[in-house]
Amino acid sequence: MAKRIELKKLNIHYGDFLAVKDVDMMIEPRSVTAFIGPSGCGKSTVLRSLNRMLEVTPGARVDGEVLLDNVNLYDKAVDPVRVRRQVGMVFQQPNPFPTMSIRENVLAGIQLNNKRMAHSEKEEVLERSLRSANLWNEVKDRLDRPGSSLSGGQQQRLCIARATAVQPEVLLMDEPCSALDPISTLAIEDLIQELKEDYTVVIVTHNMQQAARVSEKTGFFTINGTGMPGHLVEFDNTETIFSNPKEKQTEDYITGRFG
Amino acid sequence: MSSQTAQPAMTDESLSPSSKSHGDSVFKGLSTGSGVLIVVILAAVAIFLIVQAAPALTHQDFPLGDGSNGGILSYVGPYLFGTLYSAVLALVLAVPIGVGIALFIALYAPRRFASGLGYVIDLLAAVPSVVYGLWGLQTLSLILQPVHRWLGDYLGFIPLFGGRVSGTGRSMLTAVVVLAVMVLPIITSMCREVFLQVPDRQIEASYALGATRWEMIRQVVFPYSQSGIISASMLALGRALGETMAVAMVLSAARVVNFSIITSTSSGTIASNIALSFPEATGLTRNLLIATGLVLFVITFVVNFISRWVVARRADFSGAN
Repeated sequence: MAKRIELKKLNIHYGDFLAVKDVDMMIEPRSVTAFIGPSGCGKSTVLRSLNRMLEVTPGARVDGEVLLDNVNLYDKAVDPVRVRRQVGMVFQQPNPFPTMSIRENVLAGIQLNNKRMAHSEKEEVLERSLRSANLWNEVKDRLDRPGSSLSGGQQQRLCIARATAVQPEVLLMDEPCSALDPISTLAIEDLIQELKEDYTVVIVTHNMQQAARVSEKTGFFTINGTGMPGHLVEFDNTETIFSNPKEKQTEDYITGRFG
Repeated sequence: MSSQTAQPAMTDESLSPSSKSHGDSVFKGLSTGSGVLIVVILAAVAIFLIVQAAPALTHQDFPLGDGSNGGILSYVGPYLFGTLYSAVLALVLAVPIGVGIALFIALYAPRRFASGLGYVIDLLAAVPSVVYGLWGLQTLSLILQPVHRWLGDYLGFIPLFGGRVSGTGRSMLTAVVVLAVMVLPIITSMCREVFLQVPDRQIEASYALGATRWEMIRQVVFPYSQSGIISASMLALGRALGETMAVAMVLSAARVVNFSIITSTSSGTIASNIALSFPEATGLTRNLLIATGLVLFVITFVVNFISRWVVARRADFSGAN
């Protein structure tokens, strides 16, 4: 598990509009990489290109390469559905399936993979995923209650359990804490630290302290004006970005002079 | 200054009810009135039916056509069967097609094409039922004649397609197809609305787990829309149960219980029987026909209650929370 991601000359269009320009980046396995930057700078767009979720948006188009352990995800022979089974995703709003119980939510991905799985094996996956999402103790007595009966923070951890149940190579997180209270946020941040033992984690966040707390590498994206494409300004060790950035734009942003 | 003490307690203008709240009370009156009105109308219909039906309910001596006599229940039985049978078969035909069209419009078709198709489907609902009757009688029955023969030849061993094949095509099968076309717009437009309401984040969650489009539909869209699909079907069932003209024109109805849908003797329906027999009916026979209307009224009520119950049973797991 855990694969390396390499972005080469990544350009992303929405229709005729160039949204993200020339992103090159190397994301190491078993690490946490944070994308920061002002709203509209394309960091979520780049994140969504990593599991081809971008294509769900009508008109979105990707040029360039996204290499997952040297396999180009945008190669013609690659099935986006297969990509998403290897690259899991957690969204801004917790989105457990409201029509499913907690148990069914966690096993939803397994169900899709059509793996013939014995009951005992399913129970193992269920417990392992919920434990790794630090949720097991809270829900083990009510696994058949609807997923929507949980609190927001619990729902988000349920979504993490759902994403990790299929044991992906990479876990993408799109502002996973922005809808949560500080205590739930702390729980998720602790969890991210544990998840990087097994997965390549990429997280988009608006919260610079969060980026500093959880990530080893940070990429700073920005736009130079409305209608201009977003681009990657600087990509380096998180410590360097926050203490000694090379670019003036990065320094302005992290010190609060901009954005 | 004594004038100061004589002053009444200050009331802050900004806190007192403003004249704007008239709009509120008018609107409240209107909406409450409408709510009460619908109950009053329903009660009035029920009372009319019961009062008019009462003389027939106890009478045990209606000629049943085959020489014997009987009460209201033996009289209405075959018609009740015909009503339920035709309506349920129409639903069996219309629900999968309607859901399929709605899925196509909501999730598959390019946007511009989808809205055009939506309008066309909605137009089907605007066609008067007499026109459907004429169409069924003049056109559809002819088109379906070879289908009748084929079903009789190859699937005749199934009771549904057994018996002597109708030569004219004026059979339960044709009536069912007409009914299905008539209820199709109800199912399609309601399901389309329901499908469009499935939250994007649920759809994305499913795609992100590696679902194909069909898997996403099964995992998210159908469960989320379950109660909506049931409601649409029940509304359509209500329409099919009560449909009068189209069935009256297509079927050469008899007071029989016949499971085969391709023979020329078909079970009539309550509504079409009322329409066909009422002009010539007098005295107690009129009461009898109204009593059959009461039966239809009760059936429709029961159907609606059952669908409510089905929907409510899984309320915890509905998309609503």
